[in-house]
Amino acid sequence: MSPAAATPRRDPQARARIGWTVVALVIAWPMLVLAEFKPWALFAPGNLAVIGGFLAGFLPPEGSPAFLALLARATLETLAMATAGTALAFAIAVPLACLVTRALSVSRIGPGPGGARAMVGRQAVRSLLMVLRAIPEIVWALIFVRALGLGPAAGVLALAITYGGMLGKVYAEILESTDTRPARALLEAGSGRIAALCYGLLPNAAQELASYTVYRWECAVRASVVMGFVGAGGLGQLMDQSMKMLNGGEASSILLVFLALVLLADALSNALRKLLA
Amino acid sequence: MSFALETVGVVHPNGQRALQGVTLAARDGERIAVIGPSGAGKTTLLRVLGAALRPGEGSVQALGTAPWRLPPAPLRRLRARIGTVHQAPPIAPRLRVVSAVLAGRLGHWSTARALRSLLHPADIEGAHEALARVAMEDRLFERCDRLSGGQLQRVGIARTLYQRPALLLADEPVSALDPTLADAAVRTLIAQSEATGATLVASLHAVDLALRWFPRIVGMRDGGVLFDRPTAEVTQAMLVALYASEGGPPSADTAVQPLAEPTFRRPDCP
Repeated sequence: MSPAAATPRRDPQARARIGWTVVALVIAWPMLVLAEFKPWALFAPGNLAVIGGFLAGFLPPEGSPAFLALLARATLETLAMATAGTALAFAIAVPLACLVTRALSVSRIGPGPGGARAMVGRQAVRSLLMVLRAIPEIVWALIFVRALGLGPAAGVLALAITYGGMLGKVYAEILESTDTRPARALLEAGSGRIAALCYGLLPNAAQELASYTVYRWECAVRASVVMGFVGAGGLGQLMDQSMKMLNGGEASSILLVFLALVLLADALSNALRKLLA
Repeated sequence: MSFALETVGVVHPNGQRALQGVTLAARDGERIAVIGPSGAGKTTLLRVLGAALRPGEGSVQALGTAPWRLPPAPLRRLRARIGTVHQAPPIAPRLRVVSAVLAGRLGHWSTARALRSLLHPADIEGAHEALARVAMEDRLFERCDRLSGGQLQRVGIARTLYQRPALLLADEPVSALDPTLADAAVRTLIAQSEATGATLVASLHAVDLALRWFPRIVGMRDGGVLFDRPTAEVTQAMLVALYASEGGPPSADTAVQPLAEPTFRRPDCP
């Protein structure tokens, strides 16, 4: 609408962009210094020999039937822990995400009645999600191992809490970053929030939601390994024992199983995306 | 009284004024075309009428209530009785046509029924009937991303027909259709208003369509109402003044229909 004479010929955003790039560099440099980022130290002759010796101990992978049986059992335990943990996290995340996402806010239309209350409510749920995911799952696992004893149950609860927080936050953001006009049009025609979610948002966002959920499941598999180190069972506990006994062959067998699980997660994610495309 | 606006003014959050001092009222079942150059505030006016935008100034009455004085639940019931055909149909591309049409009645359905209908469409007959009126019934089970822009716009019209609103708003409902289809679609909206007694307010880019089918014309310019007359009283001079900045009134066909032409060729409605 503005007359052509008033339109500047130079990109009005150019200076801000250059400024932010400089700021990013200025912030990144002290971070690298603080983190003692010196990759060349890896290639010092003494260090290479130490790493080489350590890795040589991993070959060949252990393949005895007794160990394989143990490994299979631990794998199942890890899978069960990751799956149950992710499922519980999903159950926590979905209602919280629907509450927190602005894409399903009825009071923002207009803006209508109850806007202030809704904003306070959204902020409260957002803070709850923050608390859930701020504490690392390993800390929750340590707490629950003391309460529930050694075994996967502690890991499941730890995963459910932390991952519930992560999934809820990311679900809400995915819903906001897809095209929200269909849902908004439905809300403007008097539809309920859940109906607007299913008819307006999910058809567009389902693919991304599914692939993020599977990715989180993959992360849960890895996390359940770490929690195994503190006694939450599964592959992690086995890995812990093997490492303590300096049995590199066993450790490398376990690592091969990790690799297979990540490949499995990838295949699952692709299949789901195809299904929802 | 279907709706009444009293000195309504809207300033968008970016500081741009969209409406100023708009006073407009309609009886139940009236059919009004809103015309005017782009940027005149037609879309904003329809959003105010649809209880989707709360004006900063003035008062709004729609279907017998003041929407912005209602608590959330009655406001939702009011919105369910107002249907809007959007210029760019807000339909999720992966939705099937049948679900897109049935979504028109989500305001009346329970959540359980809405969810069940995604698994198996709750009212295939109803969706088929609504689509048949815009000649789209053969695409009932196709996905919306397989449709062209014009076909999607007709699905959007079918959704609002299926909603059966008491106040039917249409924001450039035929902008993606060729002149023949546009004429048929406007006729369908008129027929819906006649059959259900719904008040129809449509903003139209094509002046000839407005003059041909609507008994009352509202001309908007710069966020205000320039004229509000029965169609017979709208003169060429008024249209020229309305579209002064765009070099003359636009139309769906090539030339502007002369006003003298008989404006009542309506084969489908007696």
